[in-house]
Amino acid sequence: MKKGTRTSPGSYSMGPRHGHHPGFQAPKVKDFKGTLFRFLGYLKPHKGTLLIVFITAIISTIFSIIAPKLLGKVTTKLFEGLMLKIKGVPDASIDFGYIGHLLLLLLIFYLISSLFLYLMQYLMSGVAQKIVYILRRQVNVKLSKLPLQYFDDRTHGEVLSRAVNDTENISNTLQQGLTTAITSIVTFIGVIVMMFSINILLTILLILTIPLSFIGIKMITGKSQGHFVEQQRQIGHLNGHVEEMFTGHQVVKVFGREKQAIETFENMNNKLYQSAWRAQFLSGIMMPLIMFVSNIGYVLISVVGGILVTKRTIEVGDIQAFIQYARQFTQPLTQIANISNLIQSTMASAERVFEILDEKEEIPDDKEAIILKSPKGDVTFDHVAFRYKDDEPLIEDMSIEVKAGQSVAIVGPTGAGKTTVINLLMRFYELRSGHIQIDHVDITKIKRQSLHQLFGMVLQDTWLFNGTIRENIGYGRKDARDEEIIAAAKVANADHFIRTLPDGYDTILNEEGSNLSQGQKQLLTIARALLADPAILILDEATSSVDTRTEVQIQLAMNKLMKNRTSFIIAHRLSTIQDADLILVMDQGKVVEQGTHESLLEKNGFYADLYQSQFSKADRSSIGLSL
Amino acid sequence: MDQLNLVLREGLTGMRVVRSFDRQEDELKRFDQANQEMTMTAVQVQKIMAAMMPMMMLIMNVATLAVVWFGGLRISHGAMEVGDLMAFIQYAMQIMFSLMMGAMLFIMIPRGQASAQRIQEVLAIKPDISSSTNHQLNKKEIEQTQGLVEFKHVSFYYKGAENPALMDLNFTAVPGETTAIIGGTGSGKSTLLNLIPRFYDVSEGEILIDGINIKNWPIEVLRRKIGYVPQKAVLFTGSVEDNLRFGHDNATDDEIKQAASIAVADEFVRQMKEGYASIVSQGGKNLSGGQKQRLSIARALVRKPPIYLFDDSFSALDYKTDAKLREALITQTQAATCIIVAQRISTVINADKIIVLDDGKVAGIGSHQALMKSCKVYQEIVASQVNKEELA
Repeated sequence: MKKGTRTSPGSYSMGPRHGHHPGFQAPKVKDFKGTLFRFLGYLKPHKGTLLIVFITAIISTIFSIIAPKLLGKVTTKLFEGLMLKIKGVPDASIDFGYIGHLLLLLLIFYLISSLFLYLMQYLMSGVAQKIVYILRRQVNVKLSKLPLQYFDDRTHGEVLSRAVNDTENISNTLQQGLTTAITSIVTFIGVIVMMFSINILLTILLILTIPLSFIGIKMITGKSQGHFVEQQRQIGHLNGHVEEMFTGHQVVKVFGREKQAIETFENMNNKLYQSAWRAQFLSGIMMPLIMFVSNIGYVLISVVGGILVTKRTIEVGDIQAFIQYARQFTQPLTQIANISNLIQSTMASAERVFEILDEKEEIPDDKEAIILKSPKGDVTFDHVAFRYKDDEPLIEDMSIEVKAGQSVAIVGPTGAGKTTVINLLMRFYELRSGHIQIDHVDITKIKRQSLHQLFGMVLQDTWLFNGTIRENIGYGRKDARDEEIIAAAKVANADHFIRTLPDGYDTILNEEGSNLSQGQKQLLTIARALLADPAILILDEATSSVDTRTEVQIQLAMNKLMKNRTSFIIAHRLSTIQDADLILVMDQGKVVEQGTHESLLEKNGFYADLYQSQFSKADRSSIGLSL
Repeated sequence: MDQLNLVLREGLTGMRVVRSFDRQEDELKRFDQANQEMTMTAVQVQKIMAAMMPMMMLIMNVATLAVVWFGGLRISHGAMEVGDLMAFIQYAMQIMFSLMMGAMLFIMIPRGQASAQRIQEVLAIKPDISSSTNHQLNKKEIEQTQGLVEFKHVSFYYKGAENPALMDLNFTAVPGETTAIIGGTGSGKSTLLNLIPRFYDVSEGEILIDGINIKNWPIEVLRRKIGYVPQKAVLFTGSVEDNLRFGHDNATDDEIKQAASIAVADEFVRQMKEGYASIVSQGGKNLSGGQKQRLSIARALVRKPPIYLFDDSFSALDYKTDAKLREALITQTQAATCIIVAQRISTVINADKIIVLDDGKVAGIGSHQALMKSCKVYQEIVASQVNKEELA
């Protein structure tokens, strides 16, 4: 694929798209505001719950903020009692009744705070998962409506990554980020208020130390950021290299390139080490630095506080409370900084998900679209033109006529557009001009559902899903009874081998279907198509990945399948298609010849050429002799 | 999560089938079920996690309260000072923090351990195949390898397999001749080829090159004698040129172009934007299967080795290109020993010697004509590929 093919104009409705490579660097959001507002739309139905979350967060934080002040009062009371005792005041004692009372109150505060914190998290997890559930469902519904073009243009991994990883990312942020943001902001404001209420001078002193730690953090992150980006890049390179060397290890070995491969790896590994330790070291000194600054603040508070206590401006307990507040003070700041990064990456994820949701869908069914009842299977291509990309003509002016029950073979070199014809016939892609008719009805006038039901497909790539054999064959028709499934398997010559499997028809096919041979899988797909009983059959290179003796078996099953149906056969091996009623020879998107096997051979053109190249004349005669 | 991924991936790979059977509704239902299950478990996990933070906070706070209460009692007895109490609260906090960190460690250590174990397992594997240190071959002999390959009573078992993948093979591949190996899928064709460059070592019997057991060849010398074209064409990131020079760093531009034109690759490479300097992306994604295969063949040709191994290397080519390529190949490989694994009769029909494999055993060796008379398996294979047109 050439660079830039993904930026086909018009296919993205959101903003201009700059080539960005996922995986490397921090993902950039193209339209932050738009994405954010759209994302907030998803939160709307949960307004009520979110309001409660908000309130519980505030309550929980307020209670946890008041606590240190109360604790300070306890200390003051202790101190006062003690001072009186030292001064020798008679009957002086510490007022444990009052202290006990305060501590009990504190216990209640702490309990309430924790309870509300729990409540908040609990509610939020419900909301977060519900939203992500809806997002995932929307994506999946959307995927089922997108035209095949969309999937042909990108890898499965990319689509999967958007549908699973990006939504997961969103869920994490909703779960962690939102609540942390609320509590952080409330804590920050609350703590400042409480500190000012204790002592203005001390508060100002403390606030003065903040820029100090921020400058430090800024300096370090500025430097470490570059190393982190470098680290990510090196990891990417290393992964790529390892993957390549493993997939090609036989080639590497036989061509004696182990040494170079190891050298390249060493080299990359070393670069990764360099950038990784720098990045880690720099971010490692962040914590001590922050600690250092906060300890300076601590010392300042103790010194100034001590002086203030001797001057009786504030009480001992207040200093203790103040120190606790000071400890809480920087935390929300760093948390908010972290969250802003998190929100950036979440919005990038959200945008990627929204991009899928905004993709152009398949053209909806025409309002007057009909359902074909008892289809016969006449197919006409009338001056059909089609191109995948606007500037690369593929099929130009193609006209063919197929009568019900005929078999049509399409042959030609790779890239000639054979599979494209099938895609057009099933309306996976839309024509540029011309018409395709089935039973003399234009396919754009047939309901998609009805159109697709006309076809049965057996492809080179045997698609079976993770389920029992019975379910897989039954996939052809929803309401199929067991006897029908078995009958279909019998016709497809699959019944015998199915019965030799340990669980017979209930054998579960694993994900890759590796517990069956390629040929056996193909027989299952034939049984599936038989059960569906379609009017038109499509066989796309159905036998090219099995050896030729297995092919004979499959061919027998396919012949039964093809009986009385219009069928389109795409094949590499010319020997399999000579009985076709019509052979279309395609080259570079054009039908260069059409006719029967004999008439095409007589013509001595492209087909004859292809045919000769399979077996040079001498070979054929020698086979003929010995047969 | 895995289930969701699975359903989604199946939906993607089977898109055409799903749509043609018009089963989107069911697929949506299937996805929705997986989606719901995942949501349910996630909610459950999150709800448990939701209790973690408040619990820890509560424990820490209650501990502080206890310290103040009992500390207060001690102060009133004169056993402690107020400053001590403040310090004590701070210490208590630090201890709690450490405990929490410790708890986290307990979660992380087993994970790290499992990972370390897996790394250890890899490191502990001893390479099965060791190069010969027995340098009884002198340089001259190495230079003048003829490429005579002999299999003597070779059997091979995959590790842990009960039945042999190859059973008692005997044959000789002579320089200047083409030896073709044909058989059904799973008959052991590729395995046989893999034994020659010692990707695996034989379980019984021996393989000789120029009369010397391959185990007695230094492994890199052995492999230098082999031009191997794998079943699945593997190309590496880099330019087309780099890829072609993969086996022979010092090849001249002319040599490369010559090899490419023999492999019918010259034409399409020239059509690429930067010709031989064009970049092949990772895994060769910017090339078609047939193009990759042709480059992979050219890469082997550049080495000009005395032994060529083709592992079903023509399968992605259409017949026309295939025929053209094989014609050109004959001139280049005239003096070499060629071993070709194939499925198509047309590929093997001209071979000097055809070995028919069936379930790891030799079902017949001989020329096409001879096998047509004597070998039933071969007749079946031929019949499956050509009977129709001959009857027509």
